[in-house]
Amino acid sequence: MAERRVPLAKRHRKDRIFRRGCQIIASMSAGILAILLIAIVFEGVGALNANFLSGAPDPDPAVAGMFPAIMGSLWLLVLTMLVALPLGVAAAIVLEEFRPKHKVLRKAHAFIQLNITNLSGVPSVVFGILGLTVFVSMFGLFGNERDPLLETGATYVDQFYNQGDFIIEVPIDDPMAPETVPVDGMTIYTYEGTAMELNLLGDDDDWPEDEEIAMRSLYSWDLPGRNKERNWWYFRLPFGRGVLAGALTLMLVILPIIIISSQEALRAVPSSLRQASLGLGATPWQTVRRVTLPAAFPGILTGAIIAMSRAIGEAAPLLMIAGIVFITRAPSNLMDDFTAMPLQIYNWAGRPQKEFHDLAASGIIVLLTALLLFNAIAVFLRQKLQKPLS
Amino acid sequence: MPPQMAETLKTLANAAPDAEESQEPPKAAVRMVGLNSWYGDFHALKDISLELPENRISAFIGPSGCGKSTLLRWINRMNDAIPSARAEGTLEIHGKSVLGPATDVVGLRRKVGIVFQKPNPFPKSIFDNVAFGVRLHLKASKSEVDEIVEWALHRAALWDEVKDRLHDSALGLSGGQQQRLCIARAIAVGPEVLLMDEPCSALDPRSTAAVEDLMLELRKSYSIAIVTHNMQQASRVSDYTAYMFMGNLVEFGTTADIFERPQRQETEDYITGRFG
Repeated sequence: MAERRVPLAKRHRKDRIFRRGCQIIASMSAGILAILLIAIVFEGVGALNANFLSGAPDPDPAVAGMFPAIMGSLWLLVLTMLVALPLGVAAAIVLEEFRPKHKVLRKAHAFIQLNITNLSGVPSVVFGILGLTVFVSMFGLFGNERDPLLETGATYVDQFYNQGDFIIEVPIDDPMAPETVPVDGMTIYTYEGTAMELNLLGDDDDWPEDEEIAMRSLYSWDLPGRNKERNWWYFRLPFGRGVLAGALTLMLVILPIIIISSQEALRAVPSSLRQASLGLGATPWQTVRRVTLPAAFPGILTGAIIAMSRAIGEAAPLLMIAGIVFITRAPSNLMDDFTAMPLQIYNWAGRPQKEFHDLAASGIIVLLTALLLFNAIAVFLRQKLQKPLS
Repeated sequence: MPPQMAETLKTLANAAPDAEESQEPPKAAVRMVGLNSWYGDFHALKDISLELPENRISAFIGPSGCGKSTLLRWINRMNDAIPSARAEGTLEIHGKSVLGPATDVVGLRRKVGIVFQKPNPFPKSIFDNVAFGVRLHLKASKSEVDEIVEWALHRAALWDEVKDRLHDSALGLSGGQQQRLCIARAIAVGPEVLLMDEPCSALDPRSTAAVEDLMLELRKSYSIAIVTHNMQQASRVSDYTAYMFMGNLVEFGTTADIFERPQRQETEDYITGRFG
């Protein structure tokens, strides 16, 4: 029989070409990332200083910083994970460990699974619209942000600006009460919160020279304005465009990611371990709690951190919730207005001046550092916690 | 099969029952009457009726897919995990129904321990593996748990090998040690019946011997049902043997009878290796 072999040399050559090709393509992707990083660092490293991290946005690019954005992102991240992690892991447990036996329920189960898979591919801006209706306005069922149906944690003060430009505050118990009429000797507070006695001046009295007296003096015709001060536990329905609504919207974005990665982690636990536990007389919940979940924990954690890095970089859904606003302080309660790092970068990048573009680049460096940090933690935990399971 | 091997089997079978035991027929631990089982449309067990005697080892032999594992897994309802599996008929343990809807599976599985083909210790310490079931069922103090764990490891003939490294991972043990750990884990919760689904098929001969010795020891306290593909093993350790084929129970009797005087031609063919 005549041999019709492919020459060995030819096979080796093909092998070399293919290997070389793969190497080139792989290094291209790494190269593009490197170019991006270098460009960003060159542009942004100049504006990157302590003031940039601790300062607030400012019309003057020389003194502008992104502290409120960093704090906003931190608030969002913590709130998002507090809600998304328990929900996502619970959903994964139901989908993976408590499969129903009944035929109709099995169909429903498969339908939910299909939905979650689809949701993970939905553009995040769509979740922004959803968040706007569900969390910000709550379908209009509870009034609106200005006139909420339920509100707690707010204190009201009547604020006077006196002749000497000092602020004088009088706390109000009932927001519907008539405006405060100044009475001599009543207890008042400075803007900083120090209690003092009001010095009521007669119509003909001159403005006192002494600053200590001036800061607690009012003419009887001075009129107050009513202010609402929100405590850290301030809460209202609907949520309005606050940091909580933003966090819940981000939760919608990352929930499918957490569910799917947790499901994969649970699926990777050998079924022999579940059988061992059930065979010893553990209930399904005890099996999940004591065997499956601990074994899947490193995988779930890794997935959660990946989801976190997705959440911290999202701009589109937050744009729907918070909009582009000029915010100079960190959020102080769940309903507080906020900005986030991607929003701040978007804001700066959209301005015409070159100085603001450099600020945007500096912001990107901060954001990327946070992202790479998360990914490093994820890799580290995976190496550290991943134990053999059987 | 070479003739001398069949001879060995017979001598082994004769040697199996303990000389000092009384000759009275033992009480039944597990009783099945007209047990049928299906996976979807597949009829896996056909009208099985037999009694597994108390404090004896009963072996189930037969070709792959004959239903012996299915039968074993109905005794502690492990088949519940398979959505398409269902069973009808009578299955009782010490007179209590197993298959009825009123049966509490969790309580049942405490009474009926199971050891699987592949050793499956939890990725926890040796101690925590044995203590796992104890902590599920008992509100025991730490010292009581310690005591039970030590007792179970002694019973499983593992104590001397692991007493100095109780808090090391169980996954560091050899396959045979892992399987004995799984047995210790099963007996720590105080079962009456022990099910063993090919417990030695993933083990080397030396570990197999250790597990077999252990089974003969445990037989004094537990009723044991074992599924095995290894006919020498069945003849070495078991008091009773059931031969199954295609979901039918072909023959059930004392191991000596099955291996020396099988009533059915199929049984003899299978045992002597003429099967197929």
